Amino acid sequence: MQHFLTTESLTKDQLTNILDTAESFTNVDGRTVKKVPLLRGKTIVNLFFEASTRTRSTFELAAKRLSADILNININASATVKGESLLDTLRNLEAMHVDMFIIRHQDSGAAEFLSRHISPHISVINAGDGRHAHPTQAMLDMYTIRKAKQNFEHLKVAIVGDLLHSRVARSQIHALRTLGANEIRVIAPRTLLPARIENLGVKVFHQIEAGLKDVDVIIMLRLQKERMLGALLPSEHEYFHLFGLTQERLALAAKDAIVMHPGPINRGVEISSEVADGKQSVILEQVSYGIAVRMAIMSMLAGNS
Amino acid sequence: MNINVDELLSSLTQQTQSLLLSLDDPQPLIVGIRTGGIWVAEHLHQALALSKPIGVLDISFYRDDFSRLGLNPEVKPSSIPLDITNEHVILVDDVLHTGRTIRAAMNELFDYGRPASVHLVVLVDRGGRELPIDAKVTGKRIDLPPQQHVKLTGPTPLKLEIITAKT
Repeated sequence: MQHFLTTESLTKDQLTNILDTAESFTNVDGRTVKKVPLLRGKTIVNLFFEASTRTRSTFELAAKRLSADILNININASATVKGESLLDTLRNLEAMHVDMFIIRHQDSGAAEFLSRHISPHISVINAGDGRHAHPTQAMLDMYTIRKAKQNFEHLKVAIVGDLLHSRVARSQIHALRTLGANEIRVIAPRTLLPARIENLGVKVFHQIEAGLKDVDVIIMLRLQKERMLGALLPSEHEYFHLFGLTQERLALAAKDAIVMHPGPINRGVEISSEVADGKQSVILEQVSYGIAVRMAIMSMLAGNS
Repeated sequence: MNINVDELLSSLTQQTQSLLLSLDDPQPLIVGIRTGGIWVAEHLHQALALSKPIGVLDISFYRDDFSRLGLNPEVKPSSIPLDITNEHVILVDDVLHTGRTIRAAMNELFDYGRPASVHLVVLVDRGGRELPIDAKVTGKRIDLPPQQHVKLTGPTPLKLEIITAKT
C-alpha cells in the first residue's frame, strides 16, 4: 500500500493485516518509553482543513510514538484563506521534504486528488473527506469490534443515525462487508438516509426498536448539528425521542452487545448519558485503540508493505 | 546436515547455571527473542526452574532494515511481564550471526526500563559478526560461509538444520 484513502478497495487479508499489526502496537502504551524508532527521521504533516480534536490528536500521538516528526498545519490561519490553492499549499509543503500527508478536507475526493498530484515517494492518509470516507476511523472501529467479539462471521451490526452525512458509516459498511459480518443494519429516518443505500448490502430500518433486536454491535452516529440547517428533522428533542439510544432500547439488543460512537457524542440527542457511560459502552476504548491502529497504518505505508 | 539439539541444550543449560551463580540474584528475568529464541528460553526456564515468567521480544519495530524491507507482516506483540528496572536479564536467541538482531533487542529492552545487567545466551554462534556483540554463553560455535544459514524449527521437537541458500 502506498496510500490509505478508503476501505472500499481493500481485501480481507489487507484489513486483517492492519488489525493484526495494530495488536502489536497496543502494548507500546504500557512501557516506560512509549515510543518505537520505526519512523525516525520521517516527517509527517497533519493537514486539517476541517476542525477535529480526536482524529488530529490521535494521529499526532501515533506519529510521535513511531518517532516521526509531525507538523500540524492549521488551515484556518494559513495561506488558503489568503487565496492560495490546495495544490500550491501542497507544493510548498513538498519542498520541505515531507514523507507523509494526513489530510482532512470538507470536499469528497480531496485525499485522492492529493495522492494523484503528489511526488511518488510521498504517502497520503485520508483522515476524512466530505461525505465520502473516513477509513482510519472505520479500522479502529473494526479493531474495537474484534477485541470485543473475536471475529465478524456471526455478528449482527446496527449503524444508527445520520447516515446521509456520515463518511464514517460508509467506510464502516465497506470494512464490515469485506471482513464478513453476518448482517449490517442501518437505522435512520428517511430524511437522513442516502438514496439506494440498500445497494451497499445493508438492511434498512426506520424504527429503532425493530432494528436493534438481537444485534451484537450498535454503532451510534453523531447528529451533525452544523449540517442540520435544512428541514431534515423537526427538532433534536424529537430525534432523541424517536432514535436516541436509551437503556430500554439497548435492552432489545443481545445481552452482551457493545455500544460504539465515533465521537464527539451529543448527550441527550443521539445517546443518553446512562448508555454512553454504561458498562456496555466501548466509546473510550475506541479512542485508545485509534492510536495503535493509526500507528499500524502509518508504518505499513512508510515501509510500503 | 542435522545437529543434535538435545546435546546443545544440555550444555547451554549447564553453562547458564554457572552464569546464574555469578549473579547477585539467583532469579533473573529470562527474555526470548521471537521465534526461535522463545523456544530456547522456554527450555532454559524449565530446566533451571526459574520463577519469574518469561519475557518475549519481537524486534520488528527496531530493525535497522525497515526502510529497505518494510514492516514484517508477521509482527506480534512483545511482552515483558514485569518492570525490568534493576533486574538481571538473560537475553536468549537461537542463532547469533551479524549481531543486528541483538542490537535491536537491546534497544527495545531499554525502552522497558534500566536493567541491572544483560547477558546474552545463544544456542548457536555461526560467526559473521558485523557489530561489536558477543554471547556470554554459547551452545556451539559453527563457522559458516555467508551463503549458509542455521535454522531452528520447533517447538516440539526442536531441530537444527544448516541450509545452503540457492544463488
